[in-house]
Amino acid sequence: MTNADFGPDLGSVFGPSHEGEGPELVQLLTPEGERREHPEFSYDGTDEDIRGFYRDLILTRRIDAEATALQRQGELGIWASLLGQEAAQVGSGRALSPQDFVFPTYREHGVAWCRDVDPLRLLGLFRGVDQGGWDPRENQFGLYTIVIGAQTLHATGYAMGLQRDGVVGTQDNDRDTAVIAYFGDGATSQGDVNESFIWASVFNAPVVFFCQNNQWAISEPIEKQSRIPLYQRALGFGFPGIRVDGNDVLACYAVTKAAMQRAREGSGPTFIEAYTYRMGAHTTSDDPTRYRLSEDLENWKLKDPIARVEAYLKRGGVADDEFFADVQAEADKIATHLREGCLALPDPKVLEIFDQVYSDPSPELAEQKAAFADYLSSFESESASTGGTV
Amino acid sequence: MAQITLAKALTNGLRAAMEADEKVILMGEDIGKLGGVFRVTDGLQKDFGEDRVIDTPLAESGIVGTAVGLALRGYRPVCEIQFDGFVYPAYDQIVSQVAKLRFRSGGKLPMPIVIRIPFGGGIGAVEHHSESPEGQFVHQAGLKVVACSNPVDAYWMIQQAIATDDPVIFMEPKRRYWEKADLDESPTEAPRGLHSSRVVHEGTDATVLAYGPMVKTSLEAAIAAAEEGKSLEVIDLRTLSPLDMEPVLESVRKTGRAVVVHEAPVTLGLGAELAARISEHCFYSLEAPVLRVGAFDTPYPPSRVEEEYLPDLDRVLDAVDRTLAY
Repeated sequence: MTNADFGPDLGSVFGPSHEGEGPELVQLLTPEGERREHPEFSYDGTDEDIRGFYRDLILTRRIDAEATALQRQGELGIWASLLGQEAAQVGSGRALSPQDFVFPTYREHGVAWCRDVDPLRLLGLFRGVDQGGWDPRENQFGLYTIVIGAQTLHATGYAMGLQRDGVVGTQDNDRDTAVIAYFGDGATSQGDVNESFIWASVFNAPVVFFCQNNQWAISEPIEKQSRIPLYQRALGFGFPGIRVDGNDVLACYAVTKAAMQRAREGSGPTFIEAYTYRMGAHTTSDDPTRYRLSEDLENWKLKDPIARVEAYLKRGGVADDEFFADVQAEADKIATHLREGCLALPDPKVLEIFDQVYSDPSPELAEQKAAFADYLSSFESESASTGGTV
Repeated sequence: MAQITLAKALTNGLRAAMEADEKVILMGEDIGKLGGVFRVTDGLQKDFGEDRVIDTPLAESGIVGTAVGLALRGYRPVCEIQFDGFVYPAYDQIVSQVAKLRFRSGGKLPMPIVIRIPFGGGIGAVEHHSESPEGQFVHQAGLKVVACSNPVDAYWMIQQAIATDDPVIFMEPKRRYWEKADLDESPTEAPRGLHSSRVVHEGTDATVLAYGPMVKTSLEAAIAAAEEGKSLEVIDLRTLSPLDMEPVLESVRKTGRAVVVHEAPVTLGLGAELAARISEHCFYSLEAPVLRVGAFDTPYPPSRVEEEYLPDLDRVLDAVDRTLAY
């Protein structure tokens, strides 16, 4: 029995699925730093804006490097590096309006940067002093979600709330609002992600699904998740899917901006597959040398998301040495802020864990807290009575 | 004052909650035109529209997961899970997200979500339609769990659950949906608190603790026991998490004996927790070990044997006799 017995071969319908980026990739800035035109998407910003992207990219990479170093020195328990994914995050993050709401995974440090979340706040989760140290309502940036894909449903529900609040399709750009949900290639296998696609489609919810296909879900390559290019899945759910060069900040910006605008106007969801590569390990606990070739990494280094912007800025004389020096100085400053801030983060008090389980303290928890406080203080009085020091 | 079924009392309670707060929305499978498979949402979509009474796609994790997003946007979603055995696809969203978001956010993200679950057996249903999963939610910090047993409580408790800023798992005794009682929807006295247990039959010889469908069974047992000269005190727990231990402990200190009755399997069920707490706090008052009447540690069986499988009046009386024999 051959595949033909079941109908046409997948390859003849969709083309080769995993061999390279494919001709469908939206790219506006080549790895060599040359601008490109695309029939549907164009970058409408200025060179000044591109300098801004460069700054975001450098600072994001520096935040990430500093956090990795802090983990190596034992100051963080773990860190999930975004190395290689800066353009996907900065491009999409800068395409959002202030009122839009972001539902991130635990790797969206670059998006957090674009939403003005103090990067120091990101460290709390990884240091073990809190489980999300920022106010999601302040920056319209949700808490990091660790269960893979769970946040895509939250994003879709939030988008349904926007519809009910009448802030979709009013043609007022300061009022119309949309949601963006971030997730990875591995997450596309999750039931929750597929359910969120169905909900978003059926209710025409104003949500953009931004998938960073970084080729790896810890040790499993994309081939373990999908037989067709991920962006093509959207069609089956009833909304458009687009594959964009995830290492091209201009393309990520242009495509996300268009998709968010479409959502705000009331035209429904879009799936964006940002085709990129996880240059580092899954987290600081991972060892990618066990499952992937260094040759792949070397190939992707040639497509580095920052190098191409730098090449563009230098070639066109769009930025001078002073600009680059200033950005580096700013990066140094942020690194110092992170390092000093991390070490100064106060540890939580164990008795506080009882306080935010419920809106009102249950009798059980109040009792447990009081008993535990007594237990703890029994050591203090013991050491006091023996003249010891704590 | 009209006689009203438990199901209809829930309908009226939901309607009152929706009238009181426009942020209250209902979501679930078949809850619109059909009014839900038990007709609890009957007529509500017609009156409140499709934006507030949402017929969802058929996926429980999706129902609860999108409810989280709606709650983050300021809504108060009330999710209907069609049957107890269908809640498990939503279990991850309930346990990992609904229960923990307030804690994770240091109190910044309240989750005012109610998840209604018709539970328990006795209706001759096929597999997955007769289960009692309440203990699995009681075990999860961050959730509140309540069970109504009669139309009056159903009417008030659903409104109180919806008004709560924490997630509430609302267990509905499906085989009692058609039980009737007089309901005064505008009482002179405020209804009792959501998280309070109450004595529904006074007695002196032993305390029977029950909730949901087993309250009626226990009351019937108390009447039968009285004919034999045994005086049972029956407590309707109403709240399973947090537990309201004061009335329980007070009763057991008086009677010296306790029997816990539920349809769920006994191992690690509510009865286990209650037995532990009673022995910790009433040790010197106890005349006998706390006994449990519940399901065996088997899956729920085919319905032709459920009458024998489920705790009934005789099983309760048997346990009462055993505790009195000490």
